[in-house]
Amino acid sequence: MRSADVLIVGGGIVGAACAREYARQGLSVAVVERAALGGGATAASMGHLLVVDAEDGGDASEFQLSQRSLRLWQDWLDESPAHAELAEHERCGTLWIAADAEELALAERKCAWLTARGLPAELLDAAALARLEPQLRPGLAGALRVAGDARVYPPKVAAAWLQQAKVQLIRGEVTAIDGASLRLADGRTLWGAMVVLCAGLASQRFLPPGCLLPKKGQLAITQRAPAAVSHQLVELGYIKKAHLAHEDTVSFNVQPRPGGQLLIGSSRQVGRSDAPLDLAMLRRMLQCAAGYLPGLPELSLLRCWSGIRPASADGQPLIGAHPELARVWLATGHEGLGITTSLASAELLADLSLGRAPALSPAPYAPARFVA
Amino acid sequence: MKIIINGIEAEVPAGVTVAAALAHAGHGATRRSLSGQPRQAFCGMGVCQECRVRIDGQPERLACMSLAVEGMLVETLA
Repeated sequence: MRSADVLIVGGGIVGAACAREYARQGLSVAVVERAALGGGATAASMGHLLVVDAEDGGDASEFQLSQRSLRLWQDWLDESPAHAELAEHERCGTLWIAADAEELALAERKCAWLTARGLPAELLDAAALARLEPQLRPGLAGALRVAGDARVYPPKVAAAWLQQAKVQLIRGEVTAIDGASLRLADGRTLWGAMVVLCAGLASQRFLPPGCLLPKKGQLAITQRAPAAVSHQLVELGYIKKAHLAHEDTVSFNVQPRPGGQLLIGSSRQVGRSDAPLDLAMLRRMLQCAAGYLPGLPELSLLRCWSGIRPASADGQPLIGAHPELARVWLATGHEGLGITTSLASAELLADLSLGRAPALSPAPYAPARFVA
Repeated sequence: MKIIINGIEAEVPAGVTVAAALAHAGHGATRRSLSGQPRQAFCGMGVCQECRVRIDGQPERLACMSLAVEGMLVETLA
């Protein structure tokens, strides 16, 4: 007996987006999750919805996926006024902070690139930046403001999407995938027409070696700050550092939460998948943040936690047919962008697996690229 | 021993924490959540962060991790 048309492995933001998309196509969906729904990388994310440019002339696939996804996010928010509220959605915008002339030149290039494509972006000089965000240290060169970027609370969004898809939730751990059937650790077998693997880093178990790698990150949250920050503040150096493959990095990334708490990131440790806090990295991260926001050390930290980004070997997600297993489809490897790109990933996967013409060119995300 | 809670003197046992002193003096809440719900010490061991009060002018002090001393000024936000 068929358990559901579509068996989705993983109940994070990507699995939830896929569940919603397949349900919208009239298919029945079962989601298998071994731990808390949205409790993995989804819960350890900042929930920053952002435009990712391709100003450096490189691969534009990340830009296309994020643009399409932001459109779908907007569609979902437009469906009901309740959606923005439950998602804790706030269009805080992003300020990409330029610390020096070199970074300001980068901000100018990005601004021109976005503006040329009709996307809202503006350049702020040092004085305008100081007026907008007086908590930042003096002496910064300026910033790129992307006013349309937003912030959500991803675990609640994932829960809402799963609920809207009316999924059958199955608690358990998948130990084997055989065509469109799944075997669970407790001996149960589930049958479907297709399997969709969205288990983040845990997907590696069912993939050829070396497709995915962990990138550990840490976050800290403060008490409600007496002096507000109004945008998500990210240093322009973030982009350079995010792609350094072989060293541990920290970069300034602070988000205002509803009620005035500050969520502080970010750190990256490639190859690390252990959960405990790394206090040396945490200190570096907080020192970096305090370098931009001198008032930060006055505040109490309420919590610190870690999470593991499910990165792919080439930085692009794996969306499409499993390279080896028939009737198995993949949406994983979203690294630090999965909240933004979840909906477009789900749409693309549904297009491919149901034989519809995809809205996006699927080639950059094809999992087969890892099987040479 | 006397401490002053929200401007009012309270007699509390010597050697107790501020969280215990607040409970002893009948204060059921130390702070309010964003939605206005009362909060008070839950874990009593410095983890839950629900017992934050102002002590001698210093904000955000953990009541459960602070010993009450004679004449201390404690202010709750509840």
